[in-house]
Amino acid sequence: MSEHTVSAYEEELRVLAGKIAEMGGLAEILVADAVKALTRGDLALAKRVIPEDRRLDQMQREIEDAAILVIARRQPMASDLREVVSFLRIANDLERIGDLAKNIAKRVIAIDGQMISKKLTVGLDHMAEIALQQLNSVLDAYGNKDDALALEVRLGDDEIDALYTSLFRELLTYMMEDPRNISQCTHLLFCAKNLERIGDHATNVAETVHYVITGEMMDPDRPKADTTSLERVALPG
Amino acid sequence: MSETALTGPVDWTSDQAAGRRRSRHAANRRLQFYGIAAISTAVGLLGILIATLVIGGYPAFFQTKLTIDFPIKAEYVDAADPAAGNYRNVVRDALRELAPEATTPAQQRQLGQLLTNNAQFFVRDAVVANPSVIGRTLTLTLPAADPIDQLNKGLIDRDLPESQRRVNDLQLGYYDTLVAGGRVSAPFNWALFFNSDSRFPELAGLAGAITGSFYALLICFLISFPVGIAAAIYLEEFAPRNRWTYLIEVNINNLAAVPSIVFGLLGLAVFIQIFGIPRSAPLAGGMVLALMTLPTMIIVTRNALKAVPPSIREGALGVGASKHQVIMHHVLPLALPGILTGTIIGLAQALGETAPLLLVGMNAFITSPPGGILEASTALPTQIFIWADSPERGFTSRTSAGILVLLGFLIVMNGIAIFLRQRLERRW
Amino acid sequence: MADVALATRDVPTPEFQTVRTPDPHPRPTKVKADNVKVFYGQKQALNGVSIDIPVKSVTAFIGPSGCGKSTFLRCLNRMNDTIDGCRVEGEILLDNRDIYDASLDVVELRARVGMVFQKPNPFPKSIFDNVAYGPKIHGLARSKAELEEIVVSSLQKASLFNEVKDRLHEPGTGLSGGQQQRLCIARTIAVSPDVILMDEPCSALDPIATAKVEELIDELRENFTIVIVTHSMQQAARVSQRTAFFHLGTLVEEGPTDHVFTNPSERRTQDYITGRFG
Repeated sequence: MSEHTVSAYEEELRVLAGKIAEMGGLAEILVADAVKALTRGDLALAKRVIPEDRRLDQMQREIEDAAILVIARRQPMASDLREVVSFLRIANDLERIGDLAKNIAKRVIAIDGQMISKKLTVGLDHMAEIALQQLNSVLDAYGNKDDALALEVRLGDDEIDALYTSLFRELLTYMMEDPRNISQCTHLLFCAKNLERIGDHATNVAETVHYVITGEMMDPDRPKADTTSLERVALPG
Repeated sequence: MSETALTGPVDWTSDQAAGRRRSRHAANRRLQFYGIAAISTAVGLLGILIATLVIGGYPAFFQTKLTIDFPIKAEYVDAADPAAGNYRNVVRDALRELAPEATTPAQQRQLGQLLTNNAQFFVRDAVVANPSVIGRTLTLTLPAADPIDQLNKGLIDRDLPESQRRVNDLQLGYYDTLVAGGRVSAPFNWALFFNSDSRFPELAGLAGAITGSFYALLICFLISFPVGIAAAIYLEEFAPRNRWTYLIEVNINNLAAVPSIVFGLLGLAVFIQIFGIPRSAPLAGGMVLALMTLPTMIIVTRNALKAVPPSIREGALGVGASKHQVIMHHVLPLALPGILTGTIIGLAQALGETAPLLLVGMNAFITSPPGGILEASTALPTQIFIWADSPERGFTSRTSAGILVLLGFLIVMNGIAIFLRQRLERRW
Repeated sequence: MADVALATRDVPTPEFQTVRTPDPHPRPTKVKADNVKVFYGQKQALNGVSIDIPVKSVTAFIGPSGCGKSTFLRCLNRMNDTIDGCRVEGEILLDNRDIYDASLDVVELRARVGMVFQKPNPFPKSIFDNVAYGPKIHGLARSKAELEEIVVSSLQKASLFNEVKDRLHEPGTGLSGGQQQRLCIARTIAVSPDVILMDEPCSALDPIATAKVEELIDELRENFTIVIVTHSMQQAARVSQRTAFFHLGTLVEEGPTDHVFTNPSERRTQDYITGRFG
């Protein structure tokens, strides 16, 4: 696409896109570090992750301000309009992802880095890997305006959902086995939920990417594999 | 990013820069000076012209008059038919009473030349108007003959030898007697406006010329105004833009520059010889003037029509007005001030036109104002032309006076044009 | 204006296909143009424009200067007839009747298809006479009272009545620019047209006056089919339901305004409305 007649406009959009990329990179690091702290029981790393989230919040505010100024000044139309809207939406999703990563780090501190079973660790690790992969792909899709990749990310969310469902069952089993596990398992359950939410935000970003590229909203009826909300727990006794 | 400043910083304080500024200012001042000089020259020349005319024409606005007592004796005038009286003798007797010392026929003839040649007719008219004076004395103030008029206005030098003077010593004596008797006066010369032409300068006036000019201009207006507007509307609003209309336009523009005498020849050949319109008639003159004014009228009207903003036309067309309605309801009313101004200026031009009128004979010697457009007549410029050609000294000042009157009419007409333009100014 | 731009431009490709996006809820067609071509002398200004203009809605024509949008607009009430050497080909149907057919009088057509111009052009007459002019020449009022009623209701519909009710007999040229434009709209609706064409009606107005006219356009679309040419894309986005993008004498794209301004289908439309042209 050719450049805008007004070069300052072009520059503003470029700066905003750069900030989104920077924010995406930071969010990725945060999630990766939080998961690493969780699986390794690294309290020091967890403590470092928590304040980093502020930077993401700060960047989200900057992007929002800049995007609002672009709307006020340039009245963007068509692809530009979609792009500016995408800045707002993606910044929001990334900020939420940062919050979720921070939450995981906090829970690492809460359970004091203890992990009750190797199996759980592997499950969470695997889930985190896929969530990170999703996040990474969707940011690539955004950077390269790759609609196919964005669609792939959107469909890939099922896998995280499925993993989350199985982890959910497993943690329930642990809790039922020994009520002393409940506190720790609840934290782990929330961590798993957070990872699942990170996947959902990645999906949101994928939908935004699709909208930026095609101008069409995605079909809202995405197949869901997270069935935990329908789960009924048979408590013993 | 492209470099917008192509040259280095400019030093506006350098001597070269100051020099450039000075020369620019000097050029401004020079241009202004040329303009002022040109205008001063024009105003100066106009001033000289007007001053010459006023100085030359001023005396004609006053007429030396002699107050004479005319004993209306019954032996000369029969009360039953006062118009048939022997007024020649009445005048002769009255003059003899004034200067009883004039006894020889030669002296009496000289005495008779003090008064205007038509004195007896003035007396007759006065008696016919009031027959009761028969048998009594009638006192009338009558125009003096041209030489006495000139003498009274100081235009004849009394100190010249008699042979070089138009008033001989004898007449000078009589004149002095009359002055001593308080019988010489010089009131405003209304006759200049209310009399027609005459062989005697003291009686000659412009009434016939003004009436003739009026009729001629009336004809000119009645023909050129509607025809000019109709032609302009057709050319401006209806005519397709093709070679023919272009040809017509070029010809109209050229016609405006054709020497007026050509129109006179045309009038002579067509109106008088083919159509049989009487010679010297204001109808013929007016038609020739109309021909001459027509191109101007068409051009002026077209410009006025063009000056009506297209947005008004579009607005009217946009609500579904037909072409006729657009023109009659919007374009013409808006163009009217311009058209009227142009018309008046065109008529003013026609008023001053001489050559074509000479060719259709509107320089006739007519001693009464024309009663209609078919009667022989003169016009203001031709009257001036006739007077300028006349040998009598009295006509010299009357020529200037006539020009002043003509200029007066032109100023009035232009004044009306300005008034109309401001009154009906464009209101969009 | 159009001629200058035409002189230097490429000849548009005749095979060009307009990109059309249908309305999700289509309305009946009021004006149907089929392959309309306009020539100024030898120069072709419009290259086969076909478009359906839906009834009782606002259709906006956008495009760069000299793209033919005004030319096309002026075909719809045969205003181009007044230009020497202008030739129109193709078919324009108003309620399925060919407006270039000899049986339809141009005066009647212009009463049914009113026009509002770029520069407010009230007649140099009183406000009342401005509005009464159309009804008078078409004989729409049988009595003076009826005429007054038409004038008042037209001024009310044009949201101008309250501002001018005390000075109906003062000259219309004494109003402010925005009021003059609304007076021109009142003058147009006084003859009860079906269609109102607006040729950049706000380009000479300040933002407040523009907002008032836009508000008025929004109200008028209840009763009239409106076609508006505008240089302001924001305005087109604000007031219209359908937008048509013209470029180099062709109709590049037409579709629902929402669609055209968020996700145009054609790259040229996209480039134009995002300010990337040329």
